[in-house]
Amino acid sequence: MANFDQELDASGLNCPLPILRAKKTLGGMASGQTLRIVATDPGSVKDFEAFAKQTGNTLLSSGEEGGKFVFMIKKA
Amino acid sequence: MSQKKLAIIATKGTLDWAYPPFILASTAAALGYEVQIFFTFYGLQLVRKDLSGLKVSPLGNPGMPMKMPFGPKWFRGINWNIPNLIQANIPGFESLATALMKKTIANNGVATIAELRELSQEAEVKFIACQMTVELFGFSHADFIDGMEYAGAAKFFEFAGESDICLYM
Repeated sequence: MANFDQELDASGLNCPLPILRAKKTLGGMASGQTLRIVATDPGSVKDFEAFAKQTGNTLLSSGEEGGKFVFMIKKA
Repeated sequence: MSQKKLAIIATKGTLDWAYPPFILASTAAALGYEVQIFFTFYGLQLVRKDLSGLKVSPLGNPGMPMKMPFGPKWFRGINWNIPNLIQANIPGFESLATALMKKTIANNGVATIAELRELSQEAEVKFIACQMTVELFGFSHADFIDGMEYAGAAKFFEFAGESDICLYM
């Protein structure tokens, strides 16, 4: 299941670090590429929704896997 | 879509109040905002090279939980309700509370102030120190981190007047 171009493990990090790391990682990626983010901060669920909405990147999916939160973001 | 602007005035110089300006500034920058923080009065402590002066005090701060960052879960859950009168009379109580707070911050995967400050600067958040309070408190520009600008209230309004969000902290 490698339908992403890059992965960011933000496990154990708290607000606002997952968002800041995601922003930085996306900065080094090309338009149309997909970033997979793994986080443990429960606040990140609403935060990544808001992040995508405000930055124009697309939140392809948001879910839970093995007690962690997993997000797929496609760079605009 | 024109770039949104966030202006923050940071006036507090304690470890707990160091967080809101840097968290909001770095996050806003990540969302595409142009951000400026104007540091004045005790807020100047947040841009000193040496951040060891940032402390937290439970004294006169009834909103601050006093919990231990170590030991079994039941022990960590206890809120140590220590009366102000006793806190005020124990030498080093503030340092103890600060050490416990720093441990709690690290345990929870929360960034340090130095880290958030660096991330803010990397994200091109502009830092302006109030020149009047720099002099008032006897600081010199060498006390502060690189990349600072020194100016007065008029400089703040130049940016704040055009901002979409303006926060006083």
